[in-house]
Amino acid sequence: MAEYKLELKGICKSFPGVRALDNVQLSLRPGTVHALMGENGAGKSTLMKCLFGIYKMDAGEIYLDGEKIEVNNPDEAMKHGIAMVHQELQPVPARSVGENLFLGRFPIKKFGPLKLIDHKTMYAETERWLKEVKMDFDPKAQLGSLSIGQMQSVEIAKAVSQQAKVVIFDEPTSSLSDNEVEALFRIMNDLREKGVTMVYISHKMDEIKRIADDITVMRDGTYVGTWPAAEMTTDQIITKMVGRELTNVYPPKESTPGEVIMEVKNLSSIHSKSFQNVSFTLRKGEILGFGGLVGAQRTELMEGIFGIRNVASGEIYMNGKKLKIKHPIDAMNAGIGLITEDRRGNGIFGCLSIKDNVGISVYNKFLKAGFVLNHKDINKIVDDNIKKLSIKTPSMKEHIANLSGGNQQKVIVSRWLANDPDVLIMDEPTRGIDVGAKHEIYEIMNDLAKQGKAIIMISSEMAELLGMADRVCVMCNGKLTGEIDKPEDMTQAKVMSYATQF
Amino acid sequence: MTKTKQQKLKDFIINNGVIIVMFILVIYTGLTSSNFFTTGNLMNILMNMSSRLVIALGIAGCVITGGCDLSAGRMIGFGACIAGTLLQRMDYSGKFFPDMEPMNVFLVALIVMLICSVFGAITGFFIAYLSVPPFISTLAMMEIVYGINMIYTNATPLGGYVKEYTNVAGGKFLGINYLIWIALIVAAITWFIFNMTRHGKYMYAIGGNAQAAEVAGVPVKKNLILVYMKAAAMYGLAGFMLGAKAGGVSVQTGYGYEMEAIAACTIGGVSVTGGRGKVSSAFIGVAVFELLKVALQYLGVDANAQFIAIGVVIYVAISLDIRKYVAKK
Repeated sequence: MAEYKLELKGICKSFPGVRALDNVQLSLRPGTVHALMGENGAGKSTLMKCLFGIYKMDAGEIYLDGEKIEVNNPDEAMKHGIAMVHQELQPVPARSVGENLFLGRFPIKKFGPLKLIDHKTMYAETERWLKEVKMDFDPKAQLGSLSIGQMQSVEIAKAVSQQAKVVIFDEPTSSLSDNEVEALFRIMNDLREKGVTMVYISHKMDEIKRIADDITVMRDGTYVGTWPAAEMTTDQIITKMVGRELTNVYPPKESTPGEVIMEVKNLSSIHSKSFQNVSFTLRKGEILGFGGLVGAQRTELMEGIFGIRNVASGEIYMNGKKLKIKHPIDAMNAGIGLITEDRRGNGIFGCLSIKDNVGISVYNKFLKAGFVLNHKDINKIVDDNIKKLSIKTPSMKEHIANLSGGNQQKVIVSRWLANDPDVLIMDEPTRGIDVGAKHEIYEIMNDLAKQGKAIIMISSEMAELLGMADRVCVMCNGKLTGEIDKPEDMTQAKVMSYATQF
Repeated sequence: MTKTKQQKLKDFIINNGVIIVMFILVIYTGLTSSNFFTTGNLMNILMNMSSRLVIALGIAGCVITGGCDLSAGRMIGFGACIAGTLLQRMDYSGKFFPDMEPMNVFLVALIVMLICSVFGAITGFFIAYLSVPPFISTLAMMEIVYGINMIYTNATPLGGYVKEYTNVAGGKFLGINYLIWIALIVAAITWFIFNMTRHGKYMYAIGGNAQAAEVAGVPVKKNLILVYMKAAAMYGLAGFMLGAKAGGVSVQTGYGYEMEAIAACTIGGVSVTGGRGKVSSAFIGVAVFELLKVALQYLGVDANAQFIAIGVVIYVAISLDIRKYVAKK
């Protein structure tokens, strides 16, 4: 038997404008749980997608049991016994558990010359595999009626039923409750005893310490190293992940917070599981960080303030005046801007030009005779922004889809600079963009603060949160659990302790 | 990466394939049949194109926002019938309103557009505020408008129009029929709306990414209603134009035109997934369609076989067009 169950060697992958993976390796010992760690954007998911055949790698080799294999699509990966439980689940919610489990490989029975789906076998088998992962819900239940944790165990049962020898878990616990996490770990331990090799991607240190045998750390698309989990302390892992002096990354800030500009009082969502009773204040020239784990409802809170989500109760004051926000237009009129987290989902217009992407929220302000667009002035402001933010593009007529993630983000920033809000909410402003562009975004933020604008920044990158913010609010499960305003208190440990209160 | 001359030529042929083929077909038809390239024939093609263009421009707006409009055909019939009932001669034996004086032609055009736009607004309301998919909402309106039109006209054919009305098609200004002028003016106004107004820019944004549009402060719902209202007004006008040219209409007037218009738009490059399309796209699509029909007639192709040819052209045109946008993995 080979020393390693699975080996990845010299994996390289580039996306337009970003080198996502640069000569990365990964070696999995048989029958172990291997944690793959790194900051957001380090390339963990990309690496796993290359292994699973979702992305085509530019260079590199994959060895299974010491033999070189080719993986061109997920189907081939599964034939080699590699299965993946996705970060974003990709099931068919409208169909039954059994149908999801056997999607693409339904059991068949012959009815004369016809091949029919053997429902009886399918549901019996489903029941058996669900028992295997110690989950006993109805195989005929509609998948969409299950909780996310239950859906995940269906995915795991699917992997097990395919006799998978290597199972990849891409941030499986990010949306699970504690009980569901326990159930997942129990399944993983069972699988380990049966000799299944697993890759486990997670940001949660305590989970890694509990479940992982080995740890591989990645940083900015490169391989940092592999160590036995037992020999590493949490601090050592973080140092390896961050790998640089925090002070160098974040440009110095030259402004001090002034008077209060915005005040949020007891804001609650219409959903009891979303944000509840959140109050905070924001000052001119301040960068207010919002920390917390995924699922802490920070995005939902900001979207509530901006009028995208419904608010059940609570008040928002701007310069002491109470606001009534029903629609983003109301928020914009009050001088609030929002750069959303999901750039592709509700940020950019992929099929439109850079000009239209910038102009869309300011066309109101550039009218001749009340209704004719003033293209000359719009062109000027777009052109100024392209220069100011050094957006790399041949012209403003270029489709935004052709730009790299960092440049797309700068276009979205331009949209809001053109709109000139007093309060700019930036939700994960540097997610998925390269280091250089990140630095430029930071400089823009500092520049805005210097002009007296107030910025709210949601960030899941601890280093970024602590490096950029003047003050940090921490949320956990929809509640504001802590506020850190003294520089000496701004530590990862403090944020984490607030973020894991419930 | 710079492209070689060969690659550029290949790109050009793929990007304009249908137009090139059409061009060749038209030249061939012109050379083989003696009376194809005549002023009379050209005018006739342009007259046929004019109402089709107005319809296609209306539908293009819906398609750009990521929708479609199946009610167009019935809306055209409705518009044509309203105009017909209001513009019959006093001495016409089958006059619908025997005691009513025929109204002013311009006024009738306005009335028709207004009535249709009310129905368009209802379609838009269901799409924007009640999230009914455009396909279904316009399908429902198609049935409703047809029913109303049947009840209104008792399903009787209309004819015997006043001279002022038929003159809209027959009369000329600077040697060009009024009908063509109307289409040109509508095209110019549409171009202005698409490119020079907020509403136009918002349409593209809604079609490109409705969620992002909402976040960017676009009043998505109001703009959607406006799109369907505007489109319906244009169908009404198209119905008015068809009536003028034909000299008589029935409830079946315009039936199936919506499909032809949607096909024309997509052939010209209005993306069915939304966010892309120009006035010139609708124009090219309508031109390709009309020229194809006329050329096939002149070449003596069997009338039934012409449908097959049109279907094939749609397949080829859309397959080529979609190549430009499908991302290579």
